[in-house]
Amino acid sequence: MKATPAIIEAENIKKIYKRGAEEIAAINGLSVAVNRGDFIAFVGPSGSGKTTLLNLLGCLDNPTSGKLTVNGRTVHQDGRGLSESQLTRIRRELFGYIFQKFYLIPTLTVLENILVPFAFFRKEGASQDVLPLLKKLGLENRMNHLPGQLSGGEMQRVAIARALVNRPEVLLADEPTGNLDSERSREIGKVLRQLNEEEGLTVLLVTHNLELAAMARLTISLRDGRIA
Amino acid sequence: MKVKNSQKVGLFHIAWKNLARKKARSLLTLVGIALATWVLISLFGFNSGYKNSLDRDIDNLGFQMLVVAKGCPYEAATLMLKGGTGLKYMNEDVVKLIVREPEVESVTPMLMQVVFDPNKGQSGGLTAFLGVDPASFPKLKPGLSFKQGGWFTDPAALEVVMGYEAAELEQREVGDLYLIPEKEIELKVVGVLERSGTQDDGTIFLPLQTLQKIFGQEGQLTSVGIKVRKETNLAEFEEKMFKLPDVQVVSLTQVKTTIMTLVSTARILVLSIALIAILISIMGVINTVLMSVMERQKEIGILKAMGALAGDVFKLVWLETSLLCLLGGLLGAALAVGTSKLTEYLIRRLLPFAPSGGLISINAGLILTAIGAVVLLGLVSGIYPALRAARMRPLEAIRSDEE
Repeated sequence: MKATPAIIEAENIKKIYKRGAEEIAAINGLSVAVNRGDFIAFVGPSGSGKTTLLNLLGCLDNPTSGKLTVNGRTVHQDGRGLSESQLTRIRRELFGYIFQKFYLIPTLTVLENILVPFAFFRKEGASQDVLPLLKKLGLENRMNHLPGQLSGGEMQRVAIARALVNRPEVLLADEPTGNLDSERSREIGKVLRQLNEEEGLTVLLVTHNLELAAMARLTISLRDGRIA
Repeated sequence: MKVKNSQKVGLFHIAWKNLARKKARSLLTLVGIALATWVLISLFGFNSGYKNSLDRDIDNLGFQMLVVAKGCPYEAATLMLKGGTGLKYMNEDVVKLIVREPEVESVTPMLMQVVFDPNKGQSGGLTAFLGVDPASFPKLKPGLSFKQGGWFTDPAALEVVMGYEAAELEQREVGDLYLIPEKEIELKVVGVLERSGTQDDGTIFLPLQTLQKIFGQEGQLTSVGIKVRKETNLAEFEEKMFKLPDVQVVSLTQVKTTIMTLVSTARILVLSIALIAILISIMGVINTVLMSVMERQKEIGILKAMGALAGDVFKLVWLETSLLCLLGGLLGAALAVGTSKLTEYLIRRLLPFAPSGGLISINAGLILTAIGAVVLLGLVSGIYPALRAARMRPLEAIRSDEE
């Protein structure tokens, strides 16, 4: 990893789920530091805890124990974490998310879907003029189309554009190519790589797709909630 | 292709598009709210319209009391306001007894006769003739004005004055002749009244003596209208009139109260139905919005992941509810205004007695109040679905069907 200060730092974090009397450690004492400009792929078998880790690093969930620091702010320490509204404020300043499913609003056009985050929050410096972003993602000719008129790859690119409209520092991608064929998966991989190289965007990726994982600068394998 | 820099996607836009997703469901909910609003506006419009028309009908009578031959007071009311059948007669000497009372300012004797006219309408109809005293009747009815001509030239003249609608129906003008059905007596039309919006419009007026003679009712009256002095205690005067032999007194306040009591019974029934309709439509709103929230759990999760606070999501869902209710309310108001004539027609058919003039009075205040009430109820009903959406944790919402 680079020597630049970590934007996310996890120290011995655990995430334990209770199922009846049984306790399942999805993340079991894991430490990781993510620096600005990193492109990290988390890989591992199903149940290894990679999605749980991404959710914890992206402030979508609180760890059960350990210390998590995001952009210099302690998000969780010794079993005490921030409230949901405090986490939301961190999320909207720092993170953009894309998921396996695209969750676009079917009655809004591509352009409208991309602008949805502005209905709730507009980060300082985020421009209403999204044409450069649309061009970068090859969507400039599709902006007035409805999601139902797009291919899977195009829909994921719209989801990426929506995640980037507020100029996040970190893009978290959870199985972004899980619903796409290999050609479209490569296309998305290239987009992520390009955003990391040209924009300096920090990208955290969870994937089963080894070809996609290979496009990251660093691959971290997980097994049983720990770095393998 | 250019991106409009001014293009904005606000909560309102998202809420509107969300409603457009399940068009049939949104439309059905909207129709439910519209129907409830329609009933509400029509009902309250009827309430004030009916009362206004009744007040005006009674005011236009020009006298506060009517003395009639002993009989049912409802018949008396009908006689006064509608010109009914089952007439009972009293001797015109009663007028002398009445004018003796110091409270009386003026009186006007009247004789009503109703004749079946086989040429009226498709299957014949009743024509009402009112014999009036040319000296006293016009003074007690200052509201009546003439479209053509004027009152009779002589207390026993063979002349008629026709109400506006009666003249239209018979196609008569001043100077024309008029033949009373089955009596073969020619009368000359000397006046046609302006439209008054009362029962006078359909009445044919004759000089009292002429009508008495034509129908063989010399010295007989069906009613005497009384105008009392301003300072008179109506209740006490009524008591006094009851002491006269073989007559009874109908005061107009009594008539009004009786009719309004009858009508309010029907109104309570309709109001109950309206309330049930509103309750059902509110349940419909809760169901629609809640279903929509549950179907969009993942999407709400994504919105929260992207930075929407609980309050933002609450506002979005609440806005959807408000939009549904506002549109439903507007549609209902338009329906109520657009179908007021039809509603009035139906009410006239159902009610035992309906005054002339507009029965339904819908004004801007009523419309705004009804829409405001519906939106308020909608907002209350939207609280639960909106709270459920706002309380969703992003991760749980996104994973909602992955268990």
